[in-house]
This record gives sequence, structure tokens and C-alpha cells, in this order.
Amino acid sequence: MTELTRLDAAELGRRIASREVSSREVTAACFDRIEAVDGAVRAFLTTDRERALQAADAIDTRIAAGEKLGPLAGVPIAVKDLLCYQGLPTTASSRILEGWMPPYNSTVVERLLDAGLVILGKTNLDEFALGSSTETSAFGPTHNPWALDRIPGGSGGGSAAALASFEAPLAIGTDTGGSIRQPAAVTGTVGVKPTYGAVSRYGIIAVASSLDQAGPCARNVYDTALLHDVIVGRDPRDGTSVELSGTQAVGVADMARRADVKGLRIGVVKELGGEGYQPGVEQRFREAVQVLVQAGAEVVEVSCPHFVHSLATYYLIMPAEVSSNLSRYDGMRYGLRKGGPDATTEQVMRASRGAGFGAEAKRRIILGTYALSAGYYDAYYGSAQKMRTLIARDFAVAYEVCDVLVSPTTPTTAFKLGEKVDDPLAMYMSDLCTIPVNLAGIAAGSVPCGLSPDDGLPVGFQIIAPALQDARVYQVAAALEAALDTQRGHPLLDDAPALGEAR
Amino acid sequence: MGLTRDDVARLADLARIELTPDELAHLAPQIDVIVEAVAGVAEVKDDDIPPLAHPLGVVNVRRADQALPTDWQALRPVLEQDAPAWQDDRFRVPRILEEEE
Repeated sequence: MTELTRLDAAELGRRIASREVSSREVTAACFDRIEAVDGAVRAFLTTDRERALQAADAIDTRIAAGEKLGPLAGVPIAVKDLLCYQGLPTTASSRILEGWMPPYNSTVVERLLDAGLVILGKTNLDEFALGSSTETSAFGPTHNPWALDRIPGGSGGGSAAALASFEAPLAIGTDTGGSIRQPAAVTGTVGVKPTYGAVSRYGIIAVASSLDQAGPCARNVYDTALLHDVIVGRDPRDGTSVELSGTQAVGVADMARRADVKGLRIGVVKELGGEGYQPGVEQRFREAVQVLVQAGAEVVEVSCPHFVHSLATYYLIMPAEVSSNLSRYDGMRYGLRKGGPDATTEQVMRASRGAGFGAEAKRRIILGTYALSAGYYDAYYGSAQKMRTLIARDFAVAYEVCDVLVSPTTPTTAFKLGEKVDDPLAMYMSDLCTIPVNLAGIAAGSVPCGLSPDDGLPVGFQIIAPALQDARVYQVAAALEAALDTQRGHPLLDDAPALGEAR
Repeated sequence: MGLTRDDVARLADLARIELTPDELAHLAPQIDVIVEAVAGVAEVKDDDIPPLAHPLGVVNVRRADQALPTDWQALRPVLEQDAPAWQDDRFRVPRILEEEE
């Protein structure tokens, strides 16, 4: 393995800026690594070698000419295949969008390109980001680099696996109910869901619009923070995006560098633990809390009584919005069209959607259609929106006595591929700890807190901050990461098994 | 309550999704189980609780009703490539009406 692919993004950016190494060399090293291991991991749906190398050359030329660029200029990145990037297909891992070429770039992609990042390609996900394992992808699952027979999490399993297998130092994910944080947890990587509205949704295929939020993924907290600062900010093309100046949702890299938790009040959420949680996950979580206490934090236990309803609330709101958003795939102007030459529009729609959507998309569209149907709207969608308020109020009450909340990111470590694929409710449980955050629209991230003694697989530690206080997530995550890395003597990912390059 | 196979077939029809009999047999009980699991939320009866849509309370953002410039020359080949059927610079779509018997 070439050493360049093991370096973190901040260090790569520094070396590229000082011309110790070129962006072309770094980019080429990533593609060599992808070629060597992605046959086994299958993190990428498409790669974009020629254009990436050209972009790398352009950055090298600008640096050679003396231009001062940002800290991540010339650094390669993987992008989840839910974000539009002209020149490459955007599929959402669905047959219904197979081969679809977006006519415009998402704002996130524009910001990456403006900051000089080099896009390697598009990563695998559950179909329309509906899933917790990448197994609903129409193009086959991604494999967890820690154990190839296990899930890499989902929906952003491709992005997380690309990081954990050292194919890319940075990645973009999206998080509707945990799709950034749960994959980060089960692959021993870092991922943050910013406050809702901090990152523009323009050009990102809509799943559940009131919950969707794109965010940064990396192998350590500081790199994640640098990427966060690149992609956040108000965008006039997304009416739900918010103005961040004067908030703690920007400039988070400074806070990640400080990594200081002295005097910070940390709330352990009583409801996010106990029955259904793997003992090894709970053990590593408790140990991590103690590490933060030794670093000077205060711990309080808090109760969020409405969290028991969060899964049910989510599985009403999310399918309702999914059924609405996915109604646009009708085989008329783009995407899959099925049906004979004499078929009517109605018949073509039914046939195209029947053939183009996978089982999970169909389950959720049908469920959402039910929740929104006449006579049930108030009882289901309306009640769920009220429950959302109660869950948000639970958070608000908790933040009166603490600065951040913490929990395990997921109840278990990575399960086996195929284990839960036909048991939707069991699969939905993967997101028990992450869903309340999306419902309240606040910020949260996952940072590794060791390997579970049960099975030797990574455990994630979730840090939840109030809206627009994203910096606190990075502050706590960086402090925990630093303490654990010192204890261990090396980053957690060094313990991942080497992937057979000759495979 | 609970959803029968016929209910699910009707919902699939409303959602314009063609299901094979096998798919229906497979999906219907799963959807019923999910509905059962989520139905408890409907017990929130308190009318005083406001619904939450945007977490930061952003509502009805407006902007000027102005057309943004479109580069038709650049857009046209992408639209044509993505279209299931394309004719004379337009999307060609299936007929709307059933044929008269």
C-alpha cells in the first residue's frame, strides 16, 4: 500500500500546498488503492479517473504559480451517489435512475470544487438512501473493510467503507435518520450530521425533505471539521437553508483543534441504552464517558421520555415525505420507462415504478401513501409532527442542564450481510439512537470509541449538540479521539485488517 | 385495525406501483407489521402541541419571481440523453387516453 493513502486529509493538504507532493500523485495513489481493494469492498459505483487527474493537475499548477488555496485544495474526496455532479451518472443506487446524467451540480459539489477538492467518484448507498446496510442498493451491497461479510452501515455505507479501506481520505454523506453516523460507527470512521439547514440540499436527490442533511465524513475529527467548513453556508437555492454567520455551526475546525472539554457538562441519555443494546457497545460507551470525565468534563444523567416514540414518529414522517418526493419518478422525462408502444401514461407509470423501485422503496412509498391518505393524515402525519415537537422539547429541557448529550451511535456493531434484509423492523432498530437528532433538526456526530470486546468490531460514540452549536460536537469528539489515540498508541483504523491487495 | 392484502394492493395502485402477486404476498404482511409498530403515535391527542416541520422555525421562504438564465445549448443534449423518448426538441410521452373500444 502506498503511504500516501494512509495520510490524513489535513496533512495531505499541507504537503500539496508546500509542493512536497503533488495533488496528481495523491489522486493517482487513491485510484491505485481503489483498483487494488474495491473489488472486495465495492464502495464505489463510478470512478472518474481522467477528470480527477486533470483537476489535480490544475490545482498543482495554481499552487506552483504561487496561489494560496484552502487547506483541502488538491485533496481527493468520494461523494455519495445521491448528490448531482455533472459528467457522472447520479443513480441514488436505483434502477429507476440508472445512467441518469444530472443537468446541474449540487451546491455541495460546487463548494467542493471551489475549495479545490478532487472528486474521485460516486459511492454506493441504499436505494434512495432508504436503509441501514447498503443492501437495498440495486447495484449490490458494499462490504465492511473490518470484516467483508458484514454490513458497512447505511445508507452511506459506500462513503464510510471508502474511508475505512483507505481508498479516499474524505467523503460526503447524507443523513436522514442516521445515514452518516451509523456507517461511521460500524466502520471506525468519523461522520457528522450538521444542524438542519446548515448545508444546502440543492441538487441532492430528495428523500425526506424535512430530515435530509448532507455532511462531512473522514478518518479523524479534524479532517471532518475542515470538510464541514467547506460545505456549510446559506444557499439561496435552498429555501430551508439558514444563515450561519455569528453561529457556532461554522469555523468548527478551530474548535476541533482545541479539543478541550474542561468544565463542559455532558448528558448521558437514559433512554438510549439498556435492553437491545450489545453489552460490548455499552461497555465501550461507558469507558469513553469516563475518559471525558478524566479530561475534565462533568457528567449528568438526563431523561428524554418521548424518545421511545422516535422510531414510530420517524417511520410516519419519513415514508410520507418519501412517497411524495419519489412520485416524480414516472418514466416521462427521465429515468426508466417500461411498457409497450401502445401503453397509456398510466400504464407506463405503473410499469416503470414497479420495475424501477426495489422492495424497500416500495414498502416506504406504500406506507407513506397510507399515512397521507384521506382520513389518516391527521391521525398519522399530523400526530407525528406533534410528537416531533415533544421530542425537540425533550432535547431543549436536557440542554438546560448540559452542553452536549452523548449515547452509543448504534445499539450493535456491524451485523452480517443478509441477516436483517427481510426483517424491516429489525433493520430500522439500527437507527434508534440517531433518529431523534434528525427529528429535532439538531447537530450530531459519531467518533470511534474502540472495538467491542464481544466481536472485535468498531463501536461509535455519538455526540449531540443544540441547533447551530455544531462546534461542540467537534470539541468533544476531538477530545475523546485524542485521549483514546494516546491510550491506544495509534488511531483505531490502524487495527483494521489489511485488505488483500492481490485479491 | 391492520392492513389487509387488498388494502396494500389499493395503496400500491394509488402510488402507481405495479406489484406482482408474489411481491404483494411478500410486502403486504411486512407493511402491516410496520403500521402496527408506528400506530401508537396517533394517540397524541393534545391540540395544544404545535406541529414541527422546520426545526429552526423557517417558514414560507420567498424570493423574487424571476427567471434565471438557462444555457439551452448546454442543457439540450443532457435532456435528450436522459429522456426515455425525444422528438423535435421535446419529450415524447405516451398517450393519455385509453383507446375507444
